Amino acid sequence: MTVVIDVQGLHKEYGTTVAVDDVSFSVQEGEIFGILGPNGAGKTTTVECVEGLRVPDRGSVSVLGLDPRRDRAELTQVLGVQLQDSQMPERLKVAEALDLYSSFYRSPADWRALMEQLGLADKATTPFKKLSGGQKQRLSIALALVGNPRVAVLDELTTGLDPQARRDTWELIEGVRDRGVTIVLVSHFMEEAERLCDRVALIDSGRVAVIDSPAALAERAVSEQRIQFRPTASFDDALLASLPEVTSVIHRGDVVVVTGNADALNAVISVLARNQIVARQLRVDQGSLEDAFLELTGRGARNGSAHGDGQGKDELR
Amino acid sequence: MTVSTQAHPAATAGPGARRSALAQLTRVEFRLFLRERVGPVWGVGFPILLLVVFGSIPSFKKVLDGSGGLTVLDSYIPVLVVMSLALLGFVSLPLTLVNYRERGILRRLETTPAGRVRVLGAQLIVNFGMAVVTLAVLLIVARLAYDVPFPGQFGAWVITALFASAVVLAMGLFVASIGSTARAAAAIGNVLFYPMMFFSGLWLPIPAMPETLQHVAHAFPLGAAWESFQQAALGSWPPALALGTMAAWAVAFAVIAGRFFRWE
Ligand SMILES: Nc1ncnc2c1ncn2[C@@H]1O[C@H](COP(=O)(O)OP(=O)(O)O)[C@@H](O)[C@H]1O
Ligand SMILES: [Mg+2]
Repeated sequence: MTVVIDVQGLHKEYGTTVAVDDVSFSVQEGEIFGILGPNGAGKTTTVECVEGLRVPDRGSVSVLGLDPRRDRAELTQVLGVQLQDSQMPERLKVAEALDLYSSFYRSPADWRALMEQLGLADKATTPFKKLSGGQKQRLSIALALVGNPRVAVLDELTTGLDPQARRDTWELIEGVRDRGVTIVLVSHFMEEAERLCDRVALIDSGRVAVIDSPAALAERAVSEQRIQFRPTASFDDALLASLPEVTSVIHRGDVVVVTGNADALNAVISVLARNQIVARQLRVDQGSLEDAFLELTGRGARNGSAHGDGQGKDELR
Repeated sequence: MTVSTQAHPAATAGPGARRSALAQLTRVEFRLFLRERVGPVWGVGFPILLLVVFGSIPSFKKVLDGSGGLTVLDSYIPVLVVMSLALLGFVSLPLTLVNYRERGILRRLETTPAGRVRVLGAQLIVNFGMAVVTLAVLLIVARLAYDVPFPGQFGAWVITALFASAVVLAMGLFVASIGSTARAAAAIGNVLFYPMMFFSGLWLPIPAMPETLQHVAHAFPLGAAWESFQQAALGSWPPALALGTMAAWAVAFAVIAGRFFRWE
């Protein structure tokens, strides 16, 4: 497998905001690589550095051996881009946009076929401003693919699409991948990542929390439990942390949050009982993939303090 | 859903016809220019409307003293020519560019192989093309409807039109580069337009200005343009100084624009 995109030690600040903080990953040829994280995590900034739209403060980026800033002419021929929010001139018609963009490339795709596949054929003569949000999104995907790229970077691929259009788009993207196009997918939908991605980088507050396959992440999540309670007496963390079933113990005020495997609850309760401590307001959360995400990013970025109950969930959505 | 996005050159271009991106961009931008209607109405329609208004005022048919048979209307044609160029340059061009920047269209184009030169080039070509059309219509309508003779030195007139177009388009790029929003660009365009048009004699003919003001007018890009058009209309070659003044302003504005133009 050859590496198509290589990002090492990427760092980017806007004024005093650190948007991307030492991000490294590499994307293999032919895979769908997901970049997942809540709003403001730095996903867009990261991929814009890959596209050559932003100049990193530090770090290196290479796409098919090309430098995104120096080798622009070559890079733009082989890299298809869907920006998070980009528009077209209001009165430009769908077919005109596709025809125009295809004229920029050495060996463009058949834009009529693409228009058909994205369900835009009956909108061929509709001006951009008359398109619905979903139609604009589909046009944007079509424009990213019209140059027959070897690599496609799609930022918020299906945001704004209804569930049916989302599934159709996923199918389309799988078809594109099957032709050997390498795809970087920026998303905040877990389901999308699970369905499409071979590997996922979870990003939070500008840092990579973990890179793994969605299946491995889900496994982690399913086997994890989060136990939360107020103990009647204080105790040494080591009491619980030393249990083989437990992976972490965190204090937040007088609340204790313990994470561990499926047997952690029994182990924790019995140890507490042995020490005459009662766990008040006991809550147990079985992890979903989304929880795993919060767990991982929460740990990575929030200095060990436990996240609140679903507090990050809204952020993610 | 089946996917077949392989290259089908035949489907997008005629056999053997490798379409140029610049030609395609220019064609699309030209259509958009007409669809937007702002450019055609203001840049093309307005000067012609003024010509019709001026042409219907009886006192504009009066022959000017000591001008060798020139009517007031004749002397206003160069002013109208300069004004149409200024409207296309200061208003139409920067408004399109700033709108494209605000809406992320320039940024999207940056991710394609189109290239900055072609993107800007298409806009310049469209506005220059419209300038050619407007000027031709102005001359023809003035000739047919109001008996205004064609420029005596036509070659000089065409060369002047080229220099004047260059300077207004460079100024348009300048407006687009310092105006970050459509509102700001429109404001800057207006702030430039009125003094520039004053010094090209829109309200007070340059020969009627006090002498110091005349000198100032000749140093301004559109004053120099007016002078060149006027000379060419009268059948002589414009002074090199006037052409040089336009060229210098064009280069200056283009350099500043090149330095400050933002793509996002
Ligand atoms: N052009 C910009 N100027 C200043 N701050 C920015 C800019 N773009 C993004 N940011 C900030 O950088 C951080 C990361 O943003 P972004 O990369 O857009 O994240 P994401 O795509 O994950 O939502 C956020 O805090 C955002 O406010
Ligand atoms: Mg984003």
